[in-house]
Amino acid sequence: MVLLFIILFPLAGWLINGFAGGRLPPRAPGLVGSASVGLSLTAALVAVQQPEVWREGLTASLFTWISAGEFSARASLVLDPLSAVMTLVVTGVGFLIHIYSIGYMAEDPGKSRYFAYLNLFIASMLVLVLAGNLLVMFVGWELVGLCSYLLIGFWFDRERAADAGRKAFIVNRIGDAGFLLGILLLAVTVKSLDFKAIADASSSMAVPVATAITLLLFVGATGKSAQLPLHVWLPDAMEGPTPVSALIHAATMVTAGVYMIGRLHPLFTQAELTLGVVAAVGAATAFFAATVALVEHDLKRVLAYSTISQLGYMFLAMGVAAAPAGMFHLTTHAVFKALLFLAAGSVMHAMHGVIDMRRLGGLARPMRWTALGFVIGAAALAGFPFTAGFFSKDLILERAFAHARGWGSYLLWAAGVATAFITAVYITRAAILTFAPPPSHHDHPPFDSAQGGPSGSRGPHEAPPEMGWPMAALAALSLGGGFLGASAVGAPLLHSLERFFNSAPEPEAGAVPVLALTLVSVSAALAGMLAGLWLYRGRRDASLSALGQFLSHKWYIEDLYNAAIVGPLRRGAQFLASTVELGIIDGAVIGVAGAVRQAGASFRRFQTGYVRNYAAVLLAGTVLLLGYWLTR
Amino acid sequence: MIPVPYYLTISAVLFTVGMAGVLVRRNALVIFMAIELMLNSVNLTFVAFARQLAAIEGQVAVFFVIVIAAVEVVVGLAIIIAIFRARSTVDIDDVDLLRG
Amino acid sequence: MSLPPVDLRLILPEMIVAAGAVLVMLWGAFLPPGRQRVLRWVSAFAIILALGVVLALQSGEPAFSFGAMHLRDALTQTLQVIVLIVALLAVLLSGEYVERTHLETGEYYALLLSSALGAMLMAASADLLLLFLGLETLSIPLYVLAAIARRDLRSQEAGMKYFLLGAFSTTFFLYGVALIFGSAGSTNLARVASQAGAGSPLMLAGIGLLTIGLGFKATIVPFHSWAPDVYEGAPLPVTAYMSVIAKVGAFAAIIRVFVIALSAGAVQWGAALAALSVLTMILGNVAALLQNNLKRLLGYSSIAHAGFILIGIVAANRAGISAVVFYLLVYALMTLGAFGVVLMLERRGEEADEISDLAGLAGRSPLLAGAMTLFMVSLAGLPPTAGFLAKFYVFSAALDAGYPVVVIVAVVTTVVSAYFYLRVAYTMFIGQPAPEVKFAGGRWVSAALIVTSAGVLVLGIFPAPVTNFIEQMANALK
Repeated sequence: MVLLFIILFPLAGWLINGFAGGRLPPRAPGLVGSASVGLSLTAALVAVQQPEVWREGLTASLFTWISAGEFSARASLVLDPLSAVMTLVVTGVGFLIHIYSIGYMAEDPGKSRYFAYLNLFIASMLVLVLAGNLLVMFVGWELVGLCSYLLIGFWFDRERAADAGRKAFIVNRIGDAGFLLGILLLAVTVKSLDFKAIADASSSMAVPVATAITLLLFVGATGKSAQLPLHVWLPDAMEGPTPVSALIHAATMVTAGVYMIGRLHPLFTQAELTLGVVAAVGAATAFFAATVALVEHDLKRVLAYSTISQLGYMFLAMGVAAAPAGMFHLTTHAVFKALLFLAAGSVMHAMHGVIDMRRLGGLARPMRWTALGFVIGAAALAGFPFTAGFFSKDLILERAFAHARGWGSYLLWAAGVATAFITAVYITRAAILTFAPPPSHHDHPPFDSAQGGPSGSRGPHEAPPEMGWPMAALAALSLGGGFLGASAVGAPLLHSLERFFNSAPEPEAGAVPVLALTLVSVSAALAGMLAGLWLYRGRRDASLSALGQFLSHKWYIEDLYNAAIVGPLRRGAQFLASTVELGIIDGAVIGVAGAVRQAGASFRRFQTGYVRNYAAVLLAGTVLLLGYWLTR
Repeated sequence: MIPVPYYLTISAVLFTVGMAGVLVRRNALVIFMAIELMLNSVNLTFVAFARQLAAIEGQVAVFFVIVIAAVEVVVGLAIIIAIFRARSTVDIDDVDLLRG
Repeated sequence: MSLPPVDLRLILPEMIVAAGAVLVMLWGAFLPPGRQRVLRWVSAFAIILALGVVLALQSGEPAFSFGAMHLRDALTQTLQVIVLIVALLAVLLSGEYVERTHLETGEYYALLLSSALGAMLMAASADLLLLFLGLETLSIPLYVLAAIARRDLRSQEAGMKYFLLGAFSTTFFLYGVALIFGSAGSTNLARVASQAGAGSPLMLAGIGLLTIGLGFKATIVPFHSWAPDVYEGAPLPVTAYMSVIAKVGAFAAIIRVFVIALSAGAVQWGAALAALSVLTMILGNVAALLQNNLKRLLGYSSIAHAGFILIGIVAANRAGISAVVFYLLVYALMTLGAFGVVLMLERRGEEADEISDLAGLAGRSPLLAGAMTLFMVSLAGLPPTAGFLAKFYVFSAALDAGYPVVVIVAVVTTVVSAYFYLRVAYTMFIGQPAPEVKFAGGRWVSAALIVTSAGVLVLGIFPAPVTNFIEQMANALK
C-alpha cells in the first residue's frame, strides 16, 4: 500500500495545483507542490526500510489490467533494489528541485501551472520506475514525455520554446514507435509483460527473437535518453525553465532508457548483439557529445551535451554487462548534474536570463555559494578523485576494460577514457568562463555594462535561501555520495545492486589491473582539468565576447598547441557540431517529419471537392480490388 | 427462349452504362438517373439468377430494391431541390465549397 | 398459405426504436415550436428502453427469426448495446444544438433513431438482404441529417455529396449481393459460407463488390473520399453521430460477412483487406496533419481509425473480433467526446470548428480542456487511456495472426497521428482565447461529456469487466 502512496501524493499535488491553483494564494502552489513530493519522499524512505525490498522485492499487485485470451497484464508495482534506488533519486532530487523552484519561479505568473506539470511529472516518473510490468512502465514512459513537452514549451509565447517542445515530441515519437513495437512483439512472444515473467522466459527465448525485441526496445531508449542519432531534442529542450532541465532533462526522465534496460537485463543478456550495439552507441554518443560540449557558448547547452555524453557512459555500462555500475553512475550523475543545472539556473536568475557564457564572467565574487556549488558539481562530473562521479565513472571504465575481448571492445574503453579527458576540459572551461574574474584589464565586466554600473542595485546577487539550500544538499551529496559505491567502505549501494543483477561483484583477481585502470582514468580527468585551466586561464574565450577584446598573440606556445591539438580537435568538434549535428542528423530527423507533411499536402490535393472525382477514385479502387481479387 | 447469360450480360452492360453516366455527367439529376439505371440493372441480374436457379429469393430481393430505390428518390430529389433553391443550379461541379 | 410463426420478442428492441422514431416524427409535427423539447426526452427514453430490452434478452443461445434472416446472438447483443449507447450519446450531444440552431426537431430525432435502427439491423443480419436493408436504413437518414441545416450551403453540399456517392456505392454493394446470390443460390450468410470455399469467379467478384459498399460506409481508402467533405459540412452533432454510427454498422456487417461467414476464405481476402487497412491508416493519418478545421481533422481521424479497426478484421480470429468490438466502443466514446467539447463552444453563434478557436481554453475552463486533452490522448493511442488499449488489442491480435508488416505500419502511423491530435491539445494550453468564442453548452452536452470522459478513463484503467464480457461473446460465436 505504501507503494501506492509514493505515487498518490504527487498526483494529489497535481490535482490541487491543476484545478485549484489559480484560486490559491500566490505562495501556495509552490508549497503544495513541494510538500506533496516531500510526502512522497517520506513514503519512499519508509518503504525502503522494509527488508524484503532489498531481497526479493516488495510487490503490490493492484488489479488485472488487461486480459486478452492467453495474454494478461496486471497493474502491479514493484520495489526492489533497482526501483528503490531510482525512486529515491526521483523523489529526493525531485523534492530539492521543487523547493528550488519556489524561489526560481517566484515571479512567474504561470506558477500553478508549472507546479501542476512538475507534480504530474513526478507521479508519472514514479509510475515508470515502480512499474512491475512493461505496459505499466510504458504508461509512465508516455506520461513523462507528455509532461516534458509541456514543460519545455512552458514559456510558449517564446517561439523557440514552442518549437523545442514540438521537436522533442517528434523525435521522441520515433523512439516510441520502436518501443511500442518491441512491447507488442514481447507480448505476443511471452504472453505476459510482467518483468518476472519476462525474466523467466528470457533464458529460453530464441536469440534472434530476443535480439529483435531488444533492438526495438533500445530504439525507444535512444529516443528517451537522447542517444545518437535521436539526441537532437535534448539541447533544444533547454528552452524550458532551468529546474525542469535539472529534473527532467538531466536527473530523471532521460535516464529512463538506462533504467528500462536495467529492468529487462535478463532479456538483454540473452541478446549479445544488442548489448554490443548498446555499448557502441553509448560510447560513440559519450565521445561525440563531449566534443560538442567543448565548443558550445550557451552554458545550459554545454550541460545538455554533457548530459547526453554521461548518458552515453551509462549505456556503455549497460552494454558491457555492468548494469550495477551503470545504475550507480545514473545515481551520482542525477545528483551532480542537477547541482550543475541548479547553479546555472541560479546564474540565469541573477543575470535576468543571460546564459551565453561570452556575456558572463566574474560571477564568483557576487555569487560565492553558487560558484562553489558549480565547482563541486564540475569536479564530480570531471571525476575528480573521491567525488561522486569519480567512483561511478571509474567503475564503468574498469568494467568496460574487463569486458573487452577484442580490439573493437578495447576501443570502447579508450573512447570512455578520451571522453573523461574532454569532459574535464569542457566543464573546466564552463566554470572559468562563467565564474572566473575577468583579467584585470577588463575594467567593465560584461554584466555591469548590461545592468548600469557595478554599484547598480540590480547587479548579480546570490540566490535566495530556498534556492541555496537545495544546492547545498546536492553539493554535499556530490562530494560524499560516491562512497555509497566505494569498496573501501563496503559499497552498500553498489552491492545491493550487484546482488540484484546477479553480477560478479569484482572481476577475478589479477585479471584486470584495477589500480592501473583507476590511475589512467584519474590522470585523464586531472589532465583534462589542468588543460582546461591552462587553456582558458584569464577567460581567454572572452576574446569572443561582446567586449570585443581580442587577446594578443603572445602565447605563442599555446598557438602551437592550438594548431597542433586544440585546433584540429576544435575543428573536428565544430564539424561534428555544425555539419553532422545540424546538417545530417537534425536534418534527417526533421526531414522525415517534413516529408510526411509534404505527403499530407499532396493527399489534400486529391481531395478536390468534386463529386465526380470522388466517384472516379471509388471506381479506380473498385477496379484495382476486383482485379487483384480475380487474378490472384 | 433467350438464355440466362444474355440477361446477365445486358445487366452488366447497363450497370457499366450507369457507372459511366455517374462519371461523365455534371447534372445532379442525370447522375441520379444513372444511379437508378445501375439499381435496375441489378434488379435484372437478380431476376435472371432467380430464374436460372429457380429460387424465389431473387425475386423477393427485387422488391426490396425497388422500395429502397423509391426511398432514395424521395430523399435525393429533396436534397437536389434544396440545392437548386439556394444556388439556382444543379451542376455538381459548382458544388465545391468543401475540399482539401 | 400461412406466415411462419415469428417470436416478436426477438426484434423487440428494433421495434421500440422504430416506434420511437415514428412517435417523435408525428408528435413533432403537432407540437408548437417552443415546446419541442419533449421530443429529446422521448428519444432518449426510447433508446434507454431498447437498451434495457436488449440486456434483458440476454440468453446463451443464438436465435433466428424471420426465416433465418434475423439473428440474435451474443455478437448482436453486444453490437446493439454499442449502437444504442452511441444513439443515446448523440441525443445528448444534439439536445441544445438542435434548439439553438432551430433545426426541425421532430425530423431530426426521427432520423437519428431510424439510423440507429439500421445499424441494429446490420448487427443482427444473418442474410445479405437484411444487411442491405439495414445498410440503407442506416444511410438514408444520414443523407438527410447531413443536409438538415437547410439554409447552410455547406450542409446542403455535404448532404448532396454524401447522397450521390452513397447511392453510387450502394449499387456496387447490391450488385455484389446479386452475384453472390447467383453463385451460392441464396443470400443467406450460412449458405453463402458453405459455398464460399469453392471460390468461383462470380462469388469472388460478388464479395469484392460487397467490400466496396461496406468499405464506403466504414470510410476505408480508396472508398473514403466523401468523408472529409461530408464531415466538415454536416451540422456538428450530425457529424459526430454519423462518424460513429456508420462505422459501427459497417464493421458489424464486415464481421458478419468476412470473419464469420467467409472465415474459410480468410487467406483469399486477408491480404487484400490488409492492403486496404495499410492504405487507410497512411492516408487518414497523414492527410490529417495539415487540417485546421476540427470537423475535417476528426473526419480524417475517423478514416484513420477505420484503418486501425480493419486490422482486427484482417486478423480474422476470435481475438480480432473482440478487439474490433472493443475498439468500436472506445472509438465511439472518444470521438463523441471530442465532438462534445466542440459543441460546448460557439463562435458568433456559429460552430467553433477551427482548431484555433480552442486557443487558451485551458485558462478559461481547465475541466473542458482537460476532457479534450483526454480525448485527444486517447485518439492518439497513448496510455493510460482506452484508446491505447484498443490499439494494443488490435495490434497484438494481428501480430498473433501473422501480419507483422501491417502492425509496423500501424505503429508508425500511430506515431504520426499523435502529432496532429496533440496539436489540438497543445493549442488549448497556449495562446489567448479569442473573444468571439463563447461557451454554448448546456446540461445535455455536459452529461455526454461526463459519460464519455469517464468511459475513456475507466476503459483505459479498469477495462477488465468489459473486455472479459466481449471476450466471452467472441468465444460464444461459432
